[in-house]
Amino acid sequence: MWDWNYTWDILPELIKVVPLTIAITLAGFIIASLLGVPLALARRSKSRWFSIPVTAIADFIRKTPLIIQLSVIVFVLPQLIGLSLPPFFAGVIGLGIHYSTYLSEVYRSGIDAVPKGQWEAATALNFKKLKTWIRIIFPQSIPPTIPVMGNYLIVMFKETPTLSAITVVELLMTAKELGSTSFKYLEALTLVGLIFLALSYPSALIVRAIEKRMQRRGRSVLTK
Amino acid sequence: MDMLAIDLLPPLLKGLQLTVLLTIFSTILALCIAFLAGFARLSKFRLVRGFATVYVEVFRGTSLLVQLFWMYFALPMLVDIRFSAMTVAIIALGLNYGAYGSEIVRSTILAIPKGQVEASIALNLTPFQRLRRVILPQAWSIMLPSFGNLQIELLKGTSLVYLITLAELTYQGMMLRTYNIAQTAAIFIWILVLYYATASILTFIIRLAERRANVGRG
Repeated sequence: MWDWNYTWDILPELIKVVPLTIAITLAGFIIASLLGVPLALARRSKSRWFSIPVTAIADFIRKTPLIIQLSVIVFVLPQLIGLSLPPFFAGVIGLGIHYSTYLSEVYRSGIDAVPKGQWEAATALNFKKLKTWIRIIFPQSIPPTIPVMGNYLIVMFKETPTLSAITVVELLMTAKELGSTSFKYLEALTLVGLIFLALSYPSALIVRAIEKRMQRRGRSVLTK
Repeated sequence: MDMLAIDLLPPLLKGLQLTVLLTIFSTILALCIAFLAGFARLSKFRLVRGFATVYVEVFRGTSLLVQLFWMYFALPMLVDIRFSAMTVAIIALGLNYGAYGSEIVRSTILAIPKGQVEASIALNLTPFQRLRRVILPQAWSIMLPSFGNLQIELLKGTSLVYLITLAELTYQGMMLRTYNIAQTAAIFIWILVLYYATASILTFIIRLAERRANVGRG
């Protein structure tokens, strides 16, 4: 049954791992958002030699489990090219690559949502390609993607327990270790669930609030 | 060494069989839960709405792997019943993806224009007929693409079940690796290919269903 003394004993141990878990999430998110940009641009590219292979690779990454991709980084890369990464880096890179395919899709829909007239207007005003992107396209395509990216940040945070499979010591791994020394899994695992809920639920509420606000603003712009 | 390492396939295919079974059973469970919870969140009764909201937020707010571990290792300590790994896997996958699915159900039902409901009331349809003949056929065709994405997530989610020692595809691969370290690369390539092929077949089936649902709609 539930042991409160034990719960208070292990709570600090678990809280101690929270910053690391958040660091993994943020580092993975940065990689995913940076890698997502060239992916999105390559997939929109007019040259088929470029867009078809990139689309196929992204599709492959999206349709295969993260846990296998992590295992490839940890077990196959050392054998194949002699590159052996510490679990933390392997985890962050795997998480980043996996979700870059999702974020590229978000960017792509953001870019495609910019009305065609904007491109035509930029051409009519004699804007150079780079100037068109920086002054016209990005300012309009980035804001709508912000809530979606926020959601993916939360999704990635919840995906960090998968990294325990390659021995990254995050929340779930810590709970399992605590449980295996005392044979009390109930308290440790319940606390892990509650910690995840305590962090991800308020974040989700913030994202939803931003989304609502932006929808309202979008509507008021349209009615003006 | 045989480059393609065909001899690795039989044990992996045995694992794939379990992965597919797991996917089918948990998809069925997730679909039932998604509709149940999705409608519950739109209920007139506050208590029903409250329960459904708590369920959805808890299962979306914690991760699938934590839920699997909790049901497999922690729950038996609380209630003194031990479920088999297979049962835990199906229930956890069903509850987790059911929570995500219920959001799809809820939002698409809300997206059906109000005039449709008003017209069915004007035509004197019963609430059940309204749902069965007017709302659901329209909602279903909007839901399918999102369900398709969720289906792929569920298939990928089954790989985590390896960590509670269920002998599906990932587990078989990891076991094979411990006996043939030299063939690690070939093993993982086969696993990736098998998951990709399964996911592509599922996507194809859902595309067919989408086409069927869209027959007669502009």
